[in-house]
Amino acid sequence: MTGLFNYIPRQSPIHAMTGAAKLVCMLTWTMAAMITFDTRYLLLLTLSALVLFRVSGIKFREVKVLIAFSAVFMVLNNVLIYLFAPEYGVELYGARTELVHFIGRYGITAQQLLYHANVILKYTVTIPMVLLFVSTTQPSEFAASLNRIGVSYRIAYSVSLALRYIPDILKEYHDISQAQQARGVELTSKENLFKRLKNASAILLPLILSSLERIEVVSTAMELRCFGKRSKRTWYRAQAFAAGDYAIMAAGGALVCISFLLIYLNGGRLWNPFV
Amino acid sequence: MPEELIKFSHFGFQYNAQAAPTLYDIDLTVHAGEKILIAGPSGCGKSTLAHCINGLIPFNYPGTATGSLTIRGKETREMNIFDISKVVGTVLQDLDGQFIGLTVGEDIAFALENDEVPQDEMRRRVRETAERVTIADHLDHAPDELSGGQKQRVSMAGIMVDDVDVFLFDEPLANLDPATGKRAIEIIDQIQKDTGAAVLIIEHRLEDVLWRDVDRIVLMGEGRILADLAPDELLCGGYLAEHGIREPLYLTALRYAGVTVTPDMLPHSIRTLRLSEAQKRQVRAWHQAQRPAPPPAPQPPVLQARDIDFCYDNGFHALKGITTDIHRGELMAIVGTNGAGKSTFSKVVCGFEKPQRGTLTLDGQDMAGLSIKERADRIGYVMQNPNQMISKAFIFDEVAFGLRLRGVPEDEVKARVEETLRICGLYPMRNWPVSAVSYGQKKRVTIAAILVLEPQILILDEPTAGQDFKHYTEIMEFLRSLHDQGITVVMITHDMHLMLEYAQRAVVFSGGQIIADDTSANILTSPDIIARANLKETSLYDLALCCGIGEPGAFVQRFIDHDREVRGQ
Amino acid sequence: MQKLSIKTIVAVGIGAALFFVLHTYVAIPTPIPNTRISFDYPILAVLSLLFGPVAGVLIGIIGHALSDLVYGSIWWSWVAGSAFFGLAMGFVGTKLKLDDGEFGVKGAVIFNIAQAVAHLISWGLIAPALDILIYSEPADKIFLQGAVGSAGNILSTAIVGTLLCIAYVAARPKKGSLTKED
Repeated sequence: MTGLFNYIPRQSPIHAMTGAAKLVCMLTWTMAAMITFDTRYLLLLTLSALVLFRVSGIKFREVKVLIAFSAVFMVLNNVLIYLFAPEYGVELYGARTELVHFIGRYGITAQQLLYHANVILKYTVTIPMVLLFVSTTQPSEFAASLNRIGVSYRIAYSVSLALRYIPDILKEYHDISQAQQARGVELTSKENLFKRLKNASAILLPLILSSLERIEVVSTAMELRCFGKRSKRTWYRAQAFAAGDYAIMAAGGALVCISFLLIYLNGGRLWNPFV
Repeated sequence: MPEELIKFSHFGFQYNAQAAPTLYDIDLTVHAGEKILIAGPSGCGKSTLAHCINGLIPFNYPGTATGSLTIRGKETREMNIFDISKVVGTVLQDLDGQFIGLTVGEDIAFALENDEVPQDEMRRRVRETAERVTIADHLDHAPDELSGGQKQRVSMAGIMVDDVDVFLFDEPLANLDPATGKRAIEIIDQIQKDTGAAVLIIEHRLEDVLWRDVDRIVLMGEGRILADLAPDELLCGGYLAEHGIREPLYLTALRYAGVTVTPDMLPHSIRTLRLSEAQKRQVRAWHQAQRPAPPPAPQPPVLQARDIDFCYDNGFHALKGITTDIHRGELMAIVGTNGAGKSTFSKVVCGFEKPQRGTLTLDGQDMAGLSIKERADRIGYVMQNPNQMISKAFIFDEVAFGLRLRGVPEDEVKARVEETLRICGLYPMRNWPVSAVSYGQKKRVTIAAILVLEPQILILDEPTAGQDFKHYTEIMEFLRSLHDQGITVVMITHDMHLMLEYAQRAVVFSGGQIIADDTSANILTSPDIIARANLKETSLYDLALCCGIGEPGAFVQRFIDHDREVRGQ
Repeated sequence: MQKLSIKTIVAVGIGAALFFVLHTYVAIPTPIPNTRISFDYPILAVLSLLFGPVAGVLIGIIGHALSDLVYGSIWWSWVAGSAFFGLAMGFVGTKLKLDDGEFGVKGAVIFNIAQAVAHLISWGLIAPALDILIYSEPADKIFLQGAVGSAGNILSTAIVGTLLCIAYVAARPKKGSLTKED
């Protein structure tokens, strides 16, 4: 479990904050980044995210696999965008400054470059923050945090249950899959696609039936221990808010406000230096 | 007279979905501070009785109750499940299902969280309770970092934290190795003494529960209470054999030796049992009179493992230089605790995991190049839980699945499947849905589905886990009949009875190494091996010592041979 | 909001864990390079049929969001797609009633039409629309991605989902007269 979400224990001001405050901050930060298309603001947020990352004491190499994964995705996405719409930036910014011309519709325009910069910045703003949340918050605190920010404790507990049973279900999947492979179930390219899908159901059926059984047992166990008795519940792993927590939640809210303010100032979501 | 906590009078219960009642005319009273063992074969109604006590009946399982059931003087039908939970705490058999929290501390705190206990008080109570079951050093551990015994202690703590008056344990020994089970019984005893709560233990492994004293044994059968007696009286009454419960082995041995057991001999435990000199002589005489069975003729090895080393990705070094032979036509057991390497070894043999070092040969041929599927044609692997293997709705299709995947023509599939179903006694049910048959029959279906591929070796992981004596015997006799037909059978287990009664030979794993390879009787009478492998001495060993028999291993072996003869008749 | 039953809560938790495991660790290759089919949606479909629309939405959101978290970024637009798919299949479930033990040809047809439509709305409409809104990506690229995503999910739900429904119904313990044959 501890390995699943890359929680990295450390002494840092960010680790010390409550999960709920960090969750709010992560969500508002992401929202601010979704709303705006002001390149300057995105750049500022990216730099701030990197500073926060530094403060948390998390080392680059500890998250490099995740970053590499996101980077590949980001590059692919940009390539796809370019292939499909090399003139999309021109369309968006309403101006065309060609820098290089390759062939046919493909070339490099300043507008397209700026647009790609925006797309990349959208990633670089959010990824460090999500990583930061995941690496500095114990999964145990997720559920309590969700409840704290207003999600019903019943739904919050579902999240906790999901985290609890992921390792068990993964192990069960492996066990079932190995036993079925021994019987001759083949999921690799040796079989045609249709057969492979059919074979997969030979693994999934026992998995789903045993999960249904698990649902019965777990709900019985929870009921016998009085889950759902009252309209609220307390949390062993919850933390009380401190001044710093209120501060970062307020800061998160302010970021969203700035995004809206920029829409007003720029006369649209886009910041357009070409007009 | 202590308070009457639970009182059944003329109580009966019928599930809505069933045609006949499951419980008839139950009269049972549980007083504060009592410790009661409830025993009975599968389907006798003991689980239903437990559900009535903890409130799952009638609140979760609808049905009709007759008569009266009161908890602390109140009719349960007038209470709700939360009120009942404040009096009765239940520890379920499925330890992973009961462990709901992400860590030990959270799980123990679960009931307190639901009661909105403030955090400071909650932390204090969690720590205190964790200390009482000696798990306080693990408060931040996740369930997959704990052993079965530790998980069970967390479950107990999660109930204790709420100060209940009755602890209800549903088959507490089912998922534990023998030594851990013994310790669990000790902890339950300790909890009862410390808290003064009443304890109800539902379990069919009588001898193991009696490791610590109980006040009464309630024996159930076909929905009724057949006996409600002090252990010493119940054990002398001949009730057990009659109702499909295994009696303690030392009592069976005394019976064979012609010793009549009476309650004043305190037969409830081998530690308290009093034998007169004359009775001891009787046992010794029986021992002398038994002819030792000749050891089986040595057979050539079929599977040879040489210096196998395996390390998981997470760095866990599971197998360290394993060298062993499995002989043709053998019926043998691989034993050891969880994490000792026995399951990993079977995974390596089946090709699920690739060893970093060492060789495996089958009939002299190196297996390194064989895929999982190719190995499976010659070595069959049967998982512990049949529900994890069954992937077709109907019995015939389930057994035919492996052949069809191998592209065998349909007429041959039919012939082979039908023949296998006949061997397994499933032929008359061939067109039934798998869901219509019992757990034991499902187990047979999964074995049939592997046998149809005609493997030379059959590996079974805990073939009898969670089965009562009757089903245990049924499954094991079936495996023995397969063995008699020449199939090599390897069983991975920590059931000592299974090992003693059925395995000619046992290989003991501990910490990734083989620490013993001998007859089961010799292994279960060597204190050193027993301690290292988390096993437990068989009570026959203590009996042999108590009667002054100098060769306990031989005594155990003769008992087993004789017992087999008697049961075979 | 009406209180969720404990069983629904547990079904959401375990369901989200199943979705997570199948989404993150299990996929089979297809003949198209770099495209793999996974079984998260067939499972989401079956669980939603069994436990209803509320469970469906929640399994979709929690399962998908947790899967994304592992990679360090949550794609809310696609999470919304999963949520809608769970919701839609949950409503279909109230019509199909798998627990009553019937899933014939008619059931299979309804199931497949419903799942195809739900996938098309999720990946052809909801997710792309949100992507355009949030990331302002070019429409034709987004819709092509949506089309490819829909196709793979429809295919795996059609085959695996239908087989699971059939097997689930057959695996339900039934009362009735079974006779031994010689």
